[in-house]
Amino acid sequence: MTATVSPPCDAEAAICARGIVREFEAGQSTIRVLHGIDADIRSGEMTYVVGESGSGKTTLISIMCGILYPTEGEVKVFGTDIYKLSDTELVNFRLDNIGFIFQQYNLIPSIDAASNAAVPLIAQGVPLHEARERAKVLLDKLNILDQADKLPRQLSGGQQQRVAIARALVHEPRLVVCDEPTAALDARSGRRVMDLLREVAVAPGRACIIVTHDNRIFDLADRIIVLEDGRITHDGKDMPDDH
Amino acid sequence: MLWIAIRMLTGDAQKFYGLLFGIAFSTLLITQQMTIFVNLVQRGASGVYNAPEAEVWVMDPVSRTTDVSYAMPPTALDKVRSVQGVEWAVPHLRAVANVRTKEGDLEGVGVIGVDDATLIGLPARMAKGDKSVLFAPDAVAVDDTGSLRFFPPEIDPVGQRLELNDQRAVIRGIADSIPSFTSTVVLYTRYSNALNFVPGTRNRLSFVLVGVSEGQTPSEVAARIERETGLKARTREEFAQAGIDFIIENTGIPTNFGITVFLGFVVGVAIVGLTFSLFIRDNIKQFGALKAIGVTNAKIVRMVAAQAGLVGLIGYALGVIGTVVFILAFSANPFFKGFYIPWQVPLISLVAVAIILAITGFIALRSVLKTEPAAVFR
Repeated sequence: MTATVSPPCDAEAAICARGIVREFEAGQSTIRVLHGIDADIRSGEMTYVVGESGSGKTTLISIMCGILYPTEGEVKVFGTDIYKLSDTELVNFRLDNIGFIFQQYNLIPSIDAASNAAVPLIAQGVPLHEARERAKVLLDKLNILDQADKLPRQLSGGQQQRVAIARALVHEPRLVVCDEPTAALDARSGRRVMDLLREVAVAPGRACIIVTHDNRIFDLADRIIVLEDGRITHDGKDMPDDH
Repeated sequence: MLWIAIRMLTGDAQKFYGLLFGIAFSTLLITQQMTIFVNLVQRGASGVYNAPEAEVWVMDPVSRTTDVSYAMPPTALDKVRSVQGVEWAVPHLRAVANVRTKEGDLEGVGVIGVDDATLIGLPARMAKGDKSVLFAPDAVAVDDTGSLRFFPPEIDPVGQRLELNDQRAVIRGIADSIPSFTSTVVLYTRYSNALNFVPGTRNRLSFVLVGVSEGQTPSEVAARIERETGLKARTREEFAQAGIDFIIENTGIPTNFGITVFLGFVVGVAIVGLTFSLFIRDNIKQFGALKAIGVTNAKIVRMVAAQAGLVGLIGYALGVIGTVVFILAFSANPFFKGFYIPWQVPLISLVAVAIILAITGFIALRSVLKTEPAAVFR
């Protein structure tokens, strides 16, 4: 048996993951979900992580953005080995460097759109009024400034998603992570959201990772990483023909 | 973040009001029941409080309270008067008798004989009439409990005649007194009248009430009386406490009120715990998202603490206000006469509320802290 040698990190990589293994306990047995993943996410690109359900893409992205410890391996985000940070340092690192767009948005139902979008700034200690004003600038960019004072339940699904996008970007993170952003949308709306994300989230020095299995938007990716059974089976500009 | 926490809480009106109700109900139950308990057991000392001039109470060694006493021979009064440091000493008789009401019913009453000359032993104030009315023949002063129980509102008790142990007694005034523990009607009369109203044995003197000379303390004089006369002597405060202790030791009241207060606590834990857990469970995704975004566990703890603190403060205030309203609403009822809320009671309720919130908050918080941020992607 020969040990696999991981390639060195790309100097331009926003994320450099090496030898990522993740195992979960399931009763008496241990299930290995990721089998020694090496992956680079480059700045200025929109990278898709795709794969069937259970392929390990959510686990990989959770590890890459610092919310799930790997069983083995290391992850460098903009040069910082995030799992060598203390718990508090890691949380603060996420707050300052990563923006999240969740599949179900997870907006706080009792505060208005502007306040929801301002949550990361409020968590950073920015005064409420200033945070809301900065969030409104982004809501304006996303064409929902007129909805700024409405509660999430008063917004359509698309508007809620834009608020979630604003929340992910309001503190100007260098890495934006999106989980199934088009899962609940029709094809046209999905493409519009992706265009929007490209417009606001992709920039030099900033990376965007999207977890999806929505093949309607594969053509919009700069790079696609395909996961199968916890292993990367493809890493390139286009989807392989057999998918 | 605390602002967000408060908005999360108040935004879910159903659960917010449920939590407020739980805390307010608990506080009301605990505060109101403890207030009634404290005031009720203090009624065990009402006999002492109703004779404010007496600084020392002297009695037979077997006597325990104003209501549990063994009569002394009349010579006891002279013995006490001869003790150094006694400024004055007057006789005090406490006995029970029967009054036949106008409807022909028998009502047990307490008869208190106060000093013929000075009327020491009467309550400080009269609700109607003057203390001097007791100098009239066969005169008695009824307490306000009796004035309400014996006579309908349209009849003025003053001037009414009573059949007291088959003898004629005329109500000449209404004493403003603290009701007894049993709310028994009390008739005040002069000592010599009381001896006639109440048939008795050779010894009739229940207590000797004592005032101490200037420069002497009641406890010094009480100790000297005990030493020199062989009688039992207690300062006003000691004897009042003895009456309270007697009620606590010889009735089931502490147990019953204790059970109610405990149930108030349990109801609080149950309602608040359940509602708080439901609130946290409903918001677990939002808390998970906050953790993923970069909100530390310490901040999450502060958020939940702020939510618990807000609910606790408002609920507690409502509960205490409820108790005050209850006491005010029933202040005209003789049973509740003089009821007040000792400052210790709201403090104890506050501690109970804090414990309820600490227990329920801790239980609810555990699920938040255990939630992995990665759960938001699942």
